[in-house]
Amino acid sequence: MTRTLALDLSEPNFSIRQYAICLQGIIWREALRFLHQRERFVAALIRPLVWLAIFAAGFRQVLGVSIIPPYETYVLYEVYIAAGLITMIQLFNGMQSSLSMVYDREMGNMRTLLVSPFPRWYLLSSKLIAGTLVSILQVYAFLAIAWFWEIEPPAIGYLAVLPALILSGMMLGALGMLISSVSRQLENFAGVMNFVIFPMFFASSALYPLWRVRESSPLLYYVCQFNPFTHAVELTRFSLYGQVNWLSLAVVFGCTVAFMVGAILAYDPSRGLLVRRGDTGGAP
Amino acid sequence: MMHGTLSSNSVALSVQGVSHSYGRRKALENVSFTLTPSTFTVLLGLNGAGKSTLFSLITRLYATQQGRISILGHDIERSPGAALRLLGTVFQSRTLDLDLSVMQNLLYHAALHGIGKHEARLRSADALARIALSDRDADKVRSLSGGQMRRLEIARALLHRPRLLVLDEPTVGLDINSRADIISRAHQLLSEGVCVLWATHLVDEVQDQDDVIILHHGRILAHAPGPAVVAKVGKATDIRTAFRQMIKEADPANEAA
Repeated sequence: MTRTLALDLSEPNFSIRQYAICLQGIIWREALRFLHQRERFVAALIRPLVWLAIFAAGFRQVLGVSIIPPYETYVLYEVYIAAGLITMIQLFNGMQSSLSMVYDREMGNMRTLLVSPFPRWYLLSSKLIAGTLVSILQVYAFLAIAWFWEIEPPAIGYLAVLPALILSGMMLGALGMLISSVSRQLENFAGVMNFVIFPMFFASSALYPLWRVRESSPLLYYVCQFNPFTHAVELTRFSLYGQVNWLSLAVVFGCTVAFMVGAILAYDPSRGLLVRRGDTGGAP
Repeated sequence: MMHGTLSSNSVALSVQGVSHSYGRRKALENVSFTLTPSTFTVLLGLNGAGKSTLFSLITRLYATQQGRISILGHDIERSPGAALRLLGTVFQSRTLDLDLSVMQNLLYHAALHGIGKHEARLRSADALARIALSDRDADKVRSLSGGQMRRLEIARALLHRPRLLVLDEPTVGLDINSRADIISRAHQLLSEGVCVLWATHLVDEVQDQDDVIILHHGRILAHAPGPAVVAKVGKATDIRTAFRQMIKEADPANEAA
């Protein structure tokens, strides 16, 4: 059985302007959908705000945070977990939009995209970029509200965090697409929640500094260190304060490239349709 | 089965030796046919005959497992971009974005074909005028009727001026007037040189002048103009009885048609 890879670099004679038009169109559509679906926007904000307003308030006295970079003073627990919650927004958004790309959930809109004559790798990358930009809008909305919880990074941080958000958003979106392309078990969001989102989130520096994890479990510490989500959190945390965590930057960049290539190679548009029709196929 | 040997320019769609399986179950087996420009071909088959699988292969939603498919001489696997540029598609399930307006759906499609905004607006306005939806351009697609949505999907599929239009069960869920309207509009495309492949299980959608491909259990039972298909079956007087008879002969256990 032959299998055509989604990565096709030989196609066809489009100008750079036409590639730009295509990308712009995909981003424009995602933005319009985002604006039209206010419930989705609110839901995406509620989750981190619940963590911030309830969880962080409850644990403020239990989990003290010492002075660790990039912070130059003791910080409130709310301030510490803000970077983790920002990355959590991107994690949920990336997984959700990637799943819908694989399982064709949006009234078959992915099919419209896939019959475009542009190379498939370009279409999928554009869709990931568009999804990432939507998640960035959510992040800035969260930051605006988080101001009232004394999460007040320096002004430059709001700008400096942007490249970090683009990179981490792409990484998490590509990871979601890769996972749902290669794993039969993770075919719905509940599965992804249990087996991907929660383990990645909790085994990271999102809620507690890693030195604290090492004190209680050296093994878990190394697990956290190998978790790309940890590095996405740290990249975001440092950039919010106008600094660069070079190790995290390298890890996130490397993972983004690896996940993107893997996701594009593994993407099979027939998969979502087959699963929906009962796997090996009732008659389509 | 084939209309003779034709050069790539005179072949709108070529399907040669295509087989496709879902696990162990074969959905298509050695399917071969060619379609010429300005022809209207009805791909007729019962549910489960393999129509949608074939449709998904032609549109490259599925990778071709065996055989070759080319559109105007462009192999769908080797030159997918060139092939898809010449292909317009109307899927069985609705693929319009319900939350966007009529015009926004068309502009999005234009962008996916690299058509600039100015040109896209001109083409979209023209397309909407043709399907009598100019006054609805700012309305959300959600507010359109089923027939209007289908007309819009066909207009959208033609926006990039394809030479081959494939439609998968395009009249499903439509009332009798909307069905007649859609069929009539699709036939009008022949005068513009477009080749139309119309997949359906509804035998009454076949018109006398149409070519017919009868697909059953993944195999082609007949490919000829409608009257020739009828003549091929001894006792048949029309395409309906010819279709039923062919299926019965191919699968005696099958009483449905």
